[in-house]
Amino acid sequence: MVNIQPSLVAEFATFGLDPSWSRTIDVPSHDGATHQWHLLDRPGTNKDAPVVLCLHGNPTWSFLWSRLLNELNADFRVIAPDHLSMGLSERVPTRAYRDRVADVNDLVTALNITAPIWIVAQDWGGAIGMGYAVAHPDRVAGMVLSNTGIAIPHNRRAPLLIRLAAATGIHRLVTKESSLFVRGTPFLPGSGISTMQRTALAFPYRRRKDRNGVADFVADAPLTSRHSSAQDIADVAEKLSNVTFPVRLVWGSHDPVFNDDFAHDLMNRFQNVALHRIANSGHLTVLETSIAPFVEAAIRENAEARPLQQPVTALNDGGTLWSQIDHWVNEDDIAITDAAADTSVTRPEFAARVATYAQALHDRGVRTGDRIAVLVPPSIDLIAVVYACWRIGAIAVIADRGLGLRGLKSAIRASRVKHVIGPMKAVAAARLLRWAPHASIIRLSGLARSSVISRLEFVSAPEPTADDLAAVLFTSGATGPAKGVRYTHRQLYAQRDALQKAYDITSADTFVAAFAPFALYGPALGIATGLADMDVTSPSTLTAAALDDACRRVGATMVFASPAALANVVKTASTDIAHLRTVRLVMSAGAPVPIQTLQAVSLLCPKAELHTPYGMTEVLPVANVSLSDLTRIGNGHGVCVGKPVSGCSVRIDPDTSELLVSAPWMSAGYDSLWLTEHNARPVLTTDSHPTVWHRTGDVGHVDAEGNVWIEGRLVHVIHTSRGPVAPVPLEIIVEAISNVVRAAAVGVGPMNVQQIVVVVETTTRNEGPADAVLTQAVRATLAPLPIASVWVTKNLPVDIRHNSKIDRTAVSKQMSQILAGSKK
Amino acid sequence: MKVLVTGTGSLLLGGVAGELVRRGDEVVCLQRRPAAFDGHENAREVLADISDADAVALAAQGCDAIIHGAARVGVVGSQRDFHDTNVLGTENILAAARQHNISRLVFVSTPSVAHTGESLIGAQAGTAEIGRSRSYYAESKAVAERAVLNARNEHLAVVAIRPHLVWGPGDTQLVGRIVERAANGKLAVIGTGNALVDSTYIDNAISAHIAALDALHIGSDCDGKAYVVSNGEPRTVNDLMRSMCEAAGVPFEPRHLSLAMGVRLGALIERVWPILRSSEPPVTRFIAEQLGTAHWFDQRAVQQDLQWAPHVTLNEGFERLTQWFASH
Repeated sequence: MVNIQPSLVAEFATFGLDPSWSRTIDVPSHDGATHQWHLLDRPGTNKDAPVVLCLHGNPTWSFLWSRLLNELNADFRVIAPDHLSMGLSERVPTRAYRDRVADVNDLVTALNITAPIWIVAQDWGGAIGMGYAVAHPDRVAGMVLSNTGIAIPHNRRAPLLIRLAAATGIHRLVTKESSLFVRGTPFLPGSGISTMQRTALAFPYRRRKDRNGVADFVADAPLTSRHSSAQDIADVAEKLSNVTFPVRLVWGSHDPVFNDDFAHDLMNRFQNVALHRIANSGHLTVLETSIAPFVEAAIRENAEARPLQQPVTALNDGGTLWSQIDHWVNEDDIAITDAAADTSVTRPEFAARVATYAQALHDRGVRTGDRIAVLVPPSIDLIAVVYACWRIGAIAVIADRGLGLRGLKSAIRASRVKHVIGPMKAVAAARLLRWAPHASIIRLSGLARSSVISRLEFVSAPEPTADDLAAVLFTSGATGPAKGVRYTHRQLYAQRDALQKAYDITSADTFVAAFAPFALYGPALGIATGLADMDVTSPSTLTAAALDDACRRVGATMVFASPAALANVVKTASTDIAHLRTVRLVMSAGAPVPIQTLQAVSLLCPKAELHTPYGMTEVLPVANVSLSDLTRIGNGHGVCVGKPVSGCSVRIDPDTSELLVSAPWMSAGYDSLWLTEHNARPVLTTDSHPTVWHRTGDVGHVDAEGNVWIEGRLVHVIHTSRGPVAPVPLEIIVEAISNVVRAAAVGVGPMNVQQIVVVVETTTRNEGPADAVLTQAVRATLAPLPIASVWVTKNLPVDIRHNSKIDRTAVSKQMSQILAGSKK
Repeated sequence: MKVLVTGTGSLLLGGVAGELVRRGDEVVCLQRRPAAFDGHENAREVLADISDADAVALAAQGCDAIIHGAARVGVVGSQRDFHDTNVLGTENILAAARQHNISRLVFVSTPSVAHTGESLIGAQAGTAEIGRSRSYYAESKAVAERAVLNARNEHLAVVAIRPHLVWGPGDTQLVGRIVERAANGKLAVIGTGNALVDSTYIDNAISAHIAALDALHIGSDCDGKAYVVSNGEPRTVNDLMRSMCEAAGVPFEPRHLSLAMGVRLGALIERVWPILRSSEPPVTRFIAEQLGTAHWFDQRAVQQDLQWAPHVTLNEGFERLTQWFASH
């Protein structure tokens, strides 16, 4: 027995570990001997709280949990042992998986832990933890697993790096004779491990003889079914389906070892499981990012006994969008006109195209619940393909090119699509750029050549239910990385109802959709749809002539367009726009619309009511306001977005002023972002009904008349020592100063002592500190709020899609640097 | 209440003494040269050097509290000169307090005691640093502040107030020098001039010291603590200098000096200037760093503990400065 107990106080302090956490304990083992374990044991302040037991993998040690030990809520006791032969624990002869699982029980017994245990584990620690959990389900309250696995996922091979490390001939060389495995692990792709963390990780494995455990661990990975541990691990994997406690997966998506496939495998094994996929981290996610919030939320969620996904109250008849097109199949009117392609389809033709595509997709192996990335550009075919997917229960993953190539790739990778459909160019790119390496590729032209099915009822595939998932839509990413939003058929149908009600849409209406998502609703609303000739990824390419032409083709009574598109229509308007003059309603969605744009549009469309809905990818519509309302209400504290639409409830968080909404057409939640969803979807009780609400991330207030006013994004609120200050009301006031085109109010400095800085774009387009006159004007108009500094910039950073959402976080960061005295 | 106020020859401490007299307190002013209060029934002037222990003890006799602000400031002088006035002078005050059972001592300190050259952004008042300071002044004040805070016991309540860049009408230290240089076309801005810095309008600095005196009791929230006091409205160096020049009616057309150059030049000047001249030099390392990097402070604790808030905003202060220049 080698007793390892040097004085480590200095090293532990360097590694950011409290030396008092470190201790050794003699543990009577199931093998008859007594072994000395080293562990980090952080006491908790709440004796009744669960104990968090952290199990590291190979080739790491308890240091792996240094961030969790430092960051987790002080309530919880955290115990992070070094497995035997690992870290600073005793070196023992080769140990197999079965022994390692029993070792955990030996340790738990020796520590006399009576509180419920939450296992937090990574890599092979996960497999050991799962083994312990199925053997002692009464002791375990839950698990948080990160980049681990219990079995090689179906149709996949063992991770290449483990196969390499375990390969006969090089195994000892890589794992023991050299420190390649130990030193190399922190260099796996991810968001980066610091030099200190690398030094700390290798610390117990500096000498050759210390690395026996590392080599044995790799040798114990059952790469073939003949391996001695294979049956033991398979038995554990088998029993995971009996586990009833919650399991939360926190996954670094860059991990080449335990990649997304392993997460997916575990998702299918547990009953109560949810995944949070972290786009930018890797194998050592628990060290690369802060996982404390995940562990705290998992424990809290369990204590609250919150259901994983609450069904949204169904206010509609449970219809589906796709089934609506059969209602009008016998009428010979135009269904969709595409001005760019100069083609149109009648209703029976469109229904037949949907039916044909649905059957063809089914014949190519697309099944209910399969995810399919739809890369078809806006066109009649895009609408037909989406309806076809819905008909056969495939989940349409829709991420448009507005996300940029990188955003598109990460969106499609994150959503784990089984199929990709699009024109030749798009699917070739998807394959070439490895957006979906394992997906089947379906070419649009192939579908078009399939034998024609005339009606949906002749499609042989089974139909989905209203509560099956219908779509994963990606948010624009203007205010953060793109997130996938899940919608069921029932929720999409409820959204259709909400739009119909909000805008009094009847069968007499026809509309031009210059804002891509809305075009999808035309067939389900039972009205003719016109697609204008424009590049939808660049809304400012819509000209007045193109819009007028599209209106002519369908005899439009309504126009749906984005603010940028409308602005360009106003700019390019000539006298020859006769068909715009008969439109009864113009709706502008996607971003706040300047009232000047609305007024200019109303001159082009004198008969039209102008409406702007407020909402977001997660819930749309929330509220609606017309130009006449806006004119009547006038200026106020923020941007008025009108009254909530019928069926949508709105409330303001009393602590933060954040706007919360709830509606039957609210999306089901986020995709593979469990913690984000947990935080964004509180259950609040109103009229003794527990209801799921959505946190919009916007702050604002509701006035006496019931109008909702938006004052900015929650993350952009400036936290001064006098209290929080929302940016938008300040910006509106500053934008009234002559020569100021656009303004951003941001905070610099630490929370709750932030100073307000105003950055403006002006007509003179200077750059740098504002002159005395402008500075004084801004200070005077915002008094008594103290304004630390006023700056002029040529271009405030805004989102590409709408050219209107200011990235105040970036402005704040830049101003913080300048005002710290650093060089520009 | 009878209060010994030292250093009343300065704008700040003279103002503090005047405010105490105005509200009816009895004040003993210890200063080197006669000032404005001679003859007032509530004010008595003692002309003495703070390093004269006997004179200090005599002046403190019968007082209930001390506001100690006498100090040697600037850069001219030897380390010994600064030590004698700032450290020994403070020890004399502490000895006098012990001798006459005086239970409250407000020490007028400086933010520079904790300034080591880095940016301070929304910062807390740090501990006075000894052995790291860039000037004899800051070093000696740090030693003195520590001595005061360490003297806290069951008989003596102490608090250190560090007013940050005090300016106002009649201020020759900051406004006077900036305006004079601007008028002569010799105003230089070190670094970008874009660093946010705290400043304090004179009336607020005065009221903060009075508030500290009133809030200070044995065991009260502020007992034993050091606070930075400011208007809580940091602005850029350019912005402040421009407003001062505008108030004085002189053009604000500064030359720009890089921060690195400022620090090098300051280091050189610090060595040769005291030998050549007896007036204050144009730039020192300390000034270069003070004006080249951000330094502004969290004002919540001081406002809470002293039950004080600045009552004149910077904008109002600049208006008063404009009026003052118009009438002088």
